[in-house]
Amino acid sequence: MNDVSARPRLQLAVNGERHDIPAPAEERLSRILRDRLGLTGTKVGCDAGDCGACTVLVDGEQVCACLVAGGQVVGREVLTVEARDPVLDRLKESFLTRGAAQCGICTPGMLMAARALLESTPAPSRAQVEDALGGVLCRCTGYVKIVEAVLEAGTISEIPAAGEAVGGRLAKVDGAGKVAGTEAFGADRAPADALWLRVVRSPHDRARFTVGDLDGFLRAHPGLERILSVADVPGSNAHGVYPDLKDQQVLADGLVRHRGEAVLALVGAREAVEAIDVDRLPIDWRPETPALGLAAALAVRGGPVHEGHADNVLARGRLVKGDVEAGFAGAAAIAEGRVETAFVEHAYIEPEAGFAVRVDGAVPEIHITACTQSPYMDRDSVAGIMGLAPEQVRIIPTACGGGFGGKLDLSVQPLLAIAAWLTGRPVRCAWTRPESMAASPKRHPTRIRARLGVDGEGRMQAFDFEGDFDTGAYASWGPTVTGRVPVHATGPYRVAHVRNLTRGIYSNGPPAGAFRGFGVPQAAIAQEAALDAVAAELGLDRLEIRRRNALRAGDETSSGQVLSASCGLVACLDALAPGWQAMLARVDAANAAGGAIRHGAGIGCMWYGCGNTSMSNPSIMRVTLDAAGITLHSGAVDIGQGVNTILTQIVADALRLPAGAIAMVTGDTGLTADAGKTSASRQTFISGKAAELAALDLRRRILSQANAGADATLRLDGAALMVEEGELRRALPLDEIRLEGAGSFDPPTTALDADGQGVPYATYGFAAQIAEVSVDRELGTVKVHRIAAAHDVGRTVNPTQVEGQIQGGIAQGLGLALMEEYLPGRTENLHDYLIPTVGDMPEIEIHLIEDPEPLGPSGAKGIGEPALIPTAPAILGAIAHAIGAPITRVPALPHRVLETIRRAEQERAT
Amino acid sequence: MTMFRPENLDDALALRAEREVLPLAGGTDVFPARAVDEAWGRPAALPLLDLSGLFELRGIAETDDGYRVGTLATWSDVIRAELPAGFDGLKQAAREVGGHQIQNRGTLVGNLCNASPAADGLPMLLLLEAEIELASRRRRRRLLLDEFVTGNRRTTLAPDELAVALHIPRPPGDVPSRFLKLGSRHYLVISIAAVAGLVALDGAGAIATARIAVGACSPVACRLTALEAALVGRHIDGGLVPLVAETVPPALSPIDDARGSADYRREAACVLVRRLLMESHSGRVAA
Repeated sequence: MNDVSARPRLQLAVNGERHDIPAPAEERLSRILRDRLGLTGTKVGCDAGDCGACTVLVDGEQVCACLVAGGQVVGREVLTVEARDPVLDRLKESFLTRGAAQCGICTPGMLMAARALLESTPAPSRAQVEDALGGVLCRCTGYVKIVEAVLEAGTISEIPAAGEAVGGRLAKVDGAGKVAGTEAFGADRAPADALWLRVVRSPHDRARFTVGDLDGFLRAHPGLERILSVADVPGSNAHGVYPDLKDQQVLADGLVRHRGEAVLALVGAREAVEAIDVDRLPIDWRPETPALGLAAALAVRGGPVHEGHADNVLARGRLVKGDVEAGFAGAAAIAEGRVETAFVEHAYIEPEAGFAVRVDGAVPEIHITACTQSPYMDRDSVAGIMGLAPEQVRIIPTACGGGFGGKLDLSVQPLLAIAAWLTGRPVRCAWTRPESMAASPKRHPTRIRARLGVDGEGRMQAFDFEGDFDTGAYASWGPTVTGRVPVHATGPYRVAHVRNLTRGIYSNGPPAGAFRGFGVPQAAIAQEAALDAVAAELGLDRLEIRRRNALRAGDETSSGQVLSASCGLVACLDALAPGWQAMLARVDAANAAGGAIRHGAGIGCMWYGCGNTSMSNPSIMRVTLDAAGITLHSGAVDIGQGVNTILTQIVADALRLPAGAIAMVTGDTGLTADAGKTSASRQTFISGKAAELAALDLRRRILSQANAGADATLRLDGAALMVEEGELRRALPLDEIRLEGAGSFDPPTTALDADGQGVPYATYGFAAQIAEVSVDRELGTVKVHRIAAAHDVGRTVNPTQVEGQIQGGIAQGLGLALMEEYLPGRTENLHDYLIPTVGDMPEIEIHLIEDPEPLGPSGAKGIGEPALIPTAPAILGAIAHAIGAPITRVPALPHRVLETIRRAEQERAT
Repeated sequence: MTMFRPENLDDALALRAEREVLPLAGGTDVFPARAVDEAWGRPAALPLLDLSGLFELRGIAETDDGYRVGTLATWSDVIRAELPAGFDGLKQAAREVGGHQIQNRGTLVGNLCNASPAADGLPMLLLLEAEIELASRRRRRRLLLDEFVTGNRRTTLAPDELAVALHIPRPPGDVPSRFLKLGSRHYLVISIAAVAGLVALDGAGAIATARIAVGACSPVACRLTALEAALVGRHIDGGLVPLVAETVPPALSPIDDARGSADYRREAACVLVRRLLMESHSGRVAA
């Protein structure tokens, strides 16, 4: 008999070292590595073997460390990302130089999976690489650069010349820590004496409840320090992202409005907290009838979700131009596009996590270290909840393991702050995957109808759009969605007569908020379907009808804004045209052969305003020269999209110094100025411009200090900055000099009037994508074979990163179109909620179009959201092309596709 | 919570007889279930009984009348094992379970004990007519799998028993079996429907033997006995379409869930069965 649990220690061999660890045998290997050995390069994304982030090698084979009990690897060799290993080193270098790591949270798992492959197969085929990586999910990259990095490990990639950073493939400036596994994400670091916090959440979609004797419960559970309830919230229990709309509760006050809403928080020693059976807490639940889905919410099933919104309508958006009925009256062809969409989960591989510390000085402060996209908003929101001045709250962002809009809202911050404040002890917390999925915001489910009238040449005359958006139990960013969609709903086209109406509807679903595109991706599905339908009616080519209607410089948008520059849609379409013709020919040829597999081609276009809608959203940047050298102080959070690298390139070129000379201080509300949120595809355009201005300002000051002319060259030479111009050579010793350049940029916009007329954005990204699919007519399954994407980015600051954004956006668009559907209580994990794997990715071809934006840094504008928006319309258009009927409900799961095929067959038969 | 790690089967069975424990092999079902409990604040109640130290439960070996697959044999072990063509479908199923991480840890026997309706191991093992060997201090017994897996998450494993091995008779002839899996994505996907088949033709191209099973379309994967009987002596041609449509749906009792509707599953099962038969035809003619 061998009861390992009776022995308090485990003898493990990790990375060639023997360890004698005080750990219970049943503890997950992932937790032993991270918490007991400090090897936090092994990431935890799900604890269920679904994401592969914790992939390590045991005796050379890849395993999920979350599925292995520590006792099971006694006597075996464990290898983690921290290992010193030549094959691993080669892979790390390849990942770094090829942009295979974006946020970096899946990178260690990918590296280990690749390491297992290369050990047995030094020169693998693409199929072997895909097989080996198939068990690791990535939400950022679309896998393309990861596969390339494994295939090409060991070869050397190009490095941009010094002084020509913009436009070059500079490797991620913060990438070394990501591939080494040393970069700290939300769950990776905390003070050793931190207490543990876990949230007690509602298992009901809607319920009233009363809480009994918590003090008694606390006394009966040694090690438990505190149970937080709504009574413990020091300031306002209500919060939200808008100054005038704070409908969300830090802790529920007798009423929960969605499954997963926070009710209590347990704080104490981790073992004690984890031993608590939540079902034994004195909570008396009285479930009520929930309003789930738009139909139930609009019928006010179970009563209004919020007082003051008797019809559950939270917000309305409106844009009216011309006379839409008159426009339809004169139309030669009219068609409709309809779509219903589902809740879509961000599924970043890093669940929300962090820690808080109370710092007692003359004025006490609370410091919160956590993953976030919006440190300044977090600071102000937490201040309100704590009843503190904003200056008493410091937000220190960790590396962010994916955001996509989901980490704009508060998550762990308020409860950590309250717990640390009240106990006086550091407190940490990491959400589990199911609670991240139950509690974090989602993409809005929608029901959309778009009606389009065109003249005989296919020119858009009238467009009528109605869209309902299920914002779930709380507003989150719902009103931003209902405001942004009407501006974009026509698509990137000229239309004289427009009526776009949106409603944001409360329900008892999870809060729906910001998710890459703020409702525009859903709207584009219906709008582009309507365009395909009129093209079919007129017998026009689908690319050609888009080209005829495409917005060009000098055109007026539906909000009455005259676009003066940087409208590259026609160039995008022209870049795709030869490939489109070839695709159509391939599809026709394949279909001529008959059989169960039908092929189709589709096209989607989009435009997207960079920055907030008709709102001031400035960014402030500082660049300093002092003993530390040149430092960019940036409050812009890099959530993996690469803004740290982009800003470095811009600053380097503005200073005319090599990128390697620029150091960074990032995103800490105590050390950097407000750069606004990482959202709305705004950081390259807005913070990039601010950084450029700051660098130019610093250069001017340097030259003035050195009495040099505008063309002088700068050179960092050891402890001095050399300023050289002809005969002039001046050395500015770094330890004697302190200069600062400042820059700020706020894109010029105007307010929208009651008809949605005005200048909502200073610039727009434009794009077109084409997709080739095959559909199994008997099973309804869809395979996306190819996507070609053309994006007008103004100016490509870093091709590797822009390609990475596009490839990752395509992966998310593919997921939206084909497989992603969040159902509360049913798909709260990453095996029932499906996101694309490496095996689902099509071949991707990218065309970068540069129609410079005069306001942007070197002409650049945003790419984050534009990358995703055209993908679903292109794929769904291709499916419709293949089966002869439009898909009106997404995701286009096999059973829905088959239903559509059957319905179309019946309609044709009758 | 605690974990026992016996070093031989006798000790394991003694523990199993003494107290309620949760057997642990590859952990690919135990830990995910635990993750859900942890998320909703339900601490693990049962101690784990780790079987990974039991050498006698390892490996895949040829025996006098077939093959013995130990309880600790992983999907990767199945993929790597030298097995006759009748096991091809089992290897195909193994390659589509999770990613390499899951294949390297998850076990065939664990897949059966977990008794998910979508378990990808069961359809092939049903048509290979595998038996599972159960041991306790009281007895050893062998059960056919339809006597072992009796419902959604339900087996006839007694609280004091452990599954120790699968015994698989040598498959008939040298005919390759096939496994077709239907899911909404590539890699890491739970089957919406799955079909396994082993079809042998006689010298004239008529069906001599047909064994076909369907997974994820009923609480427990099942053999299509009516279809199997009707196929014998027939040629594989268009005439099978109505036969499949007649015999397959009545054998199934699928549910509506997030992955697909019941109607869809019935239809998809028919399509997969038809394709499997056509592929068997285009394959070889057996002796």
